Amino acid sequence: MLLDVRSLKKSFPGDDGPVPVLDSVSLTIDSGESVALTGESGSGKSTLLHVVAGLEPADEGAVLIDGTDIAAMGDVGRARLRRTRLGIVFQQFNLIPSLDVRANVAFQARLAGRYEQSRVETLLYDLGLGDHASKYPEQLSGGQQQRVAIGRALAGAPDLLLADEPTGNLDETTGDAVIGLMLDLAKDAGTSLLMVTHSERLAGHLDRRLHLSLGRLH
Amino acid sequence: MSYSITLGALLSHWRVRPFQALTLVLGLALATALWSGVQALNAEARASYAQATSVVTGTRPVLVREGGVIDEREYVSLRRAGWQVSPVVEGWIGSGRSRVKLFGIDALTAPRDTQAATFAFSDGMAGTMLSPGRLFASPVTAARLAGEELPPVHASDALAPGIAIADIGIAQRLLGMEGQLSHLVILETQPMVRPPLADLAPGLTQRKIDGAEDLARLTDSFHLNLTAFGFLSFAVGLFIVNGAIGLAFEQRRPLFRTLRALGVPGRTLTIALASELLAFALLAGCLGIVLGYLIAAALLPDVAATLRGLYGVPVEGTLTIRPAWWAAGLLIAMLGTALAGAAALWKTARLPVLAPARPRAWAMAGHTAERAQAIAALGLAALAGALVLLGSGLVAAFAMLGALLIAAALALPPLLSRALQLFARGAKTAESEWFWADTRQQLPGLSLALMALLLALAANIGVGTMVSSFRLTFAGWLDQRLASELYISTRTDAEGAALTAWLEARGLTVLPIWNVDASIDGAPGTIYGVADHATYRDNWPLIDASPDVWDKVAAGEAALINEQYARRGALRPGSTVTLPVGDPLEVAGIYSDYGNPEAQILVSVATLTERFPGVERQRFGVRVAQEDANALAKEITDAFGIPPENMTDQASLKRFSIEVFERTFTVTGALNILTLGVAGIAILTSLLTLATMRLPQLAPVWAVGLTRARLARLELLRALVLAAFTAIAALPVGLTLAWILLAVINVEAFGWRLPMHLFPGDWIKLGLLAILAAGLAGLWPAIKLARLAPADLVRVFSNER
Repeated sequence: MLLDVRSLKKSFPGDDGPVPVLDSVSLTIDSGESVALTGESGSGKSTLLHVVAGLEPADEGAVLIDGTDIAAMGDVGRARLRRTRLGIVFQQFNLIPSLDVRANVAFQARLAGRYEQSRVETLLYDLGLGDHASKYPEQLSGGQQQRVAIGRALAGAPDLLLADEPTGNLDETTGDAVIGLMLDLAKDAGTSLLMVTHSERLAGHLDRRLHLSLGRLH
Repeated sequence: MSYSITLGALLSHWRVRPFQALTLVLGLALATALWSGVQALNAEARASYAQATSVVTGTRPVLVREGGVIDEREYVSLRRAGWQVSPVVEGWIGSGRSRVKLFGIDALTAPRDTQAATFAFSDGMAGTMLSPGRLFASPVTAARLAGEELPPVHASDALAPGIAIADIGIAQRLLGMEGQLSHLVILETQPMVRPPLADLAPGLTQRKIDGAEDLARLTDSFHLNLTAFGFLSFAVGLFIVNGAIGLAFEQRRPLFRTLRALGVPGRTLTIALASELLAFALLAGCLGIVLGYLIAAALLPDVAATLRGLYGVPVEGTLTIRPAWWAAGLLIAMLGTALAGAAALWKTARLPVLAPARPRAWAMAGHTAERAQAIAALGLAALAGALVLLGSGLVAAFAMLGALLIAAALALPPLLSRALQLFARGAKTAESEWFWADTRQQLPGLSLALMALLLALAANIGVGTMVSSFRLTFAGWLDQRLASELYISTRTDAEGAALTAWLEARGLTVLPIWNVDASIDGAPGTIYGVADHATYRDNWPLIDASPDVWDKVAAGEAALINEQYARRGALRPGSTVTLPVGDPLEVAGIYSDYGNPEAQILVSVATLTERFPGVERQRFGVRVAQEDANALAKEITDAFGIPPENMTDQASLKRFSIEVFERTFTVTGALNILTLGVAGIAILTSLLTLATMRLPQLAPVWAVGLTRARLARLELLRALVLAAFTAIAALPVGLTLAWILLAVINVEAFGWRLPMHLFPGDWIKLGLLAILAAGLAGLWPAIKLARLAPADLVRVFSNER
């Protein structure tokens, strides 16, 4: 088992005391498995993803990756984990504006010490970015930017890819194409996938589907 | 109605960003403070000059004897012949720091509209004229004279500082000038027919004492120097203001768009923004004036000491508040705001209703401006070069300096951008590649602060090099000029002759230092007589000379002239100079003469006494073993009763000269540090404002595996690297500035050229100081980043944001 989330609880401060967002959430993902996480806005999907990525701490419960509790890793350990074992794709792309497309795609792999030029070039080709490799993010369309983000997340061949509404800012046709690419590339690399999405249709492309409602998994 | 609502909406921005408002006010206040502080110093000094000039003559012409005094009997014969003239005697009383210029006037004949006469008549003539008489002086001058053996001193606010007035008889006694007069003031009302002056008093000439113009001419360069510094500080301050205004405008673009979409006319929006800026200008202007007053009050004693030491100009170290200065301060604050905010206002006025709101555009847009900046920099550099070749005069020199500094500031961002691009290309790791590329991207947001830092550092290097070069040259020059071990002033010519005989009988060499004040080519100057002695042949600081220079001078065939006179008159060895009396003399050599703005001619003692028989023969230099100088002085006091204060040993004289020199540059040093401080604040404010826009750029890097602590260290490193780059770029600019100051401005302003020395140790210290300042400025944003809650970074990725 690659990911083991146990009884996760998380709340945010509100005007009338803490507002629970995650309420005893537990889930597991095996190596190579792809899981869709659906739910309404504000249901806690993104928060769950952030806690799994070690971007935010949980109030209670544990996130174990290959049996290791990420809370015990410390800030430096969690940063190393994200660098070497995780890939993250955000809805807002969050590319590095000062680097060109090729450098953006290679960035995390180089940080992790797993940079292979041939893999980056293959990814650029597969993602249809070969002609745009020297461009900067601001010169790309939304769909192109999201493909760069996927390339960045996969260039280091991570064990787990976390995608937070990766098509939320794209039209349906572009979104379908991007998701298709992401699934294919993740499958080829043997990477597990946890994807947050609103779309039941997109969720149907993945191995398993989980629904989050009022902080609880169904 | 829509105006007040619009203004309210605009002002709400500052409520949520108080620090940004503080930056704007602080930047503008500092700019105004440094500018108006300098203007206050200038105004105070100029007021003192004006006050000093109308003391005894007003604007009337005077009769003088070139290089000598007027016998009282000549005055009497002129009066008897119908000449309406009033006698004046002037000289110095007191010693050391309490030295004061004393004017003695004849209350009965003095023109009634002068300050001196007003005082003479104000308090009863008898008290003024009868023994022991009384002196009038400003309160500060009166306090300075306390303890001196003088008649009672009456204090009055209306008198110019640094002078005292007494009845002529009292003044003659105090100055040891019984029976002698300095000059005669020619009154307006004269008889229709008067016997010619040449018949009554041969040797007297008519001249105009145009004190204010003389002082202004002498001190113009000093004030221009201060003004240039004030302007530089003002410009550096404006960089902060421009940055703060630009950022606030960009941050409010969405608000502008909303307001326009809701029906606010473009004109109303522009007027509301202009009103907002006006309010800031008024607030910051008032604050700046108060700060400027404090700065001026702190610096005025040094400025006064400089003007007294360098030019002998009486300026007191107290500041008066002048309404014109307040008004000018407010005006400059508004002008500065208008300059800094004009571009932003223009853009807003032309903004389409649905212009895209891109807060980061402010930081991003700079790259496109780089090329234009580089072209403008090249144009200005070419202009500076053309001015070096073709320009002349102080204004051209300062224009050259301005063009150079602005060119350097404009060239900095394109140069830095290119350098960072090269570093990014050569980076081996992803982290370093991102670091260099990201630093390049931050450049537009930081460039104004870095340009300010460049200007401050260049000014520091330039002025520092000039001062240190001057100090080194001045110390060497003093060693040459002050070769005698003991300097003595006797009280009378007879005493001088007796002392000379006494010293020569002991086998000591006595070198007369006799001089007369004279008009040289229509300007005030001095003619010195020097003995033919190895002291001069071996030591005199000649910078150009014909062969056998000293033999020619000793033979009375030639003269030496100082550098400033040579430059002013375009004279070279071989040219001729005309003395007020006798045949012209050949110029045999030119010598350096620092700290003296006037022309000076050196002839043999025999030539001097032959042409100016009335010359005072009371000052001497004595060659004696250094360690015996004090003992000899004591023996002279015992033998002749010459007071100790009339004798100065070489070491004391050098110490005093160096002291005057150091005080001269205290003000420059203080302004230098203030400018550097303002640049430091510019960096801090830029980094802090940028920090608020950095999260979307830093969050992805954090998300893919760089810790907040690491990111914070890189942010700090970025500030250090940029400061180091800027310091390196400032070095050639500073050295060029030093060259302009030494080889162009000094020559234009003072008439002498100084050799340029290099001080690498100072550059390293300054570079480290700049890096330290940037480090301190970068520390706060870096600490804030290191302590940033992950939730704040995560918010960047959150769909719900």
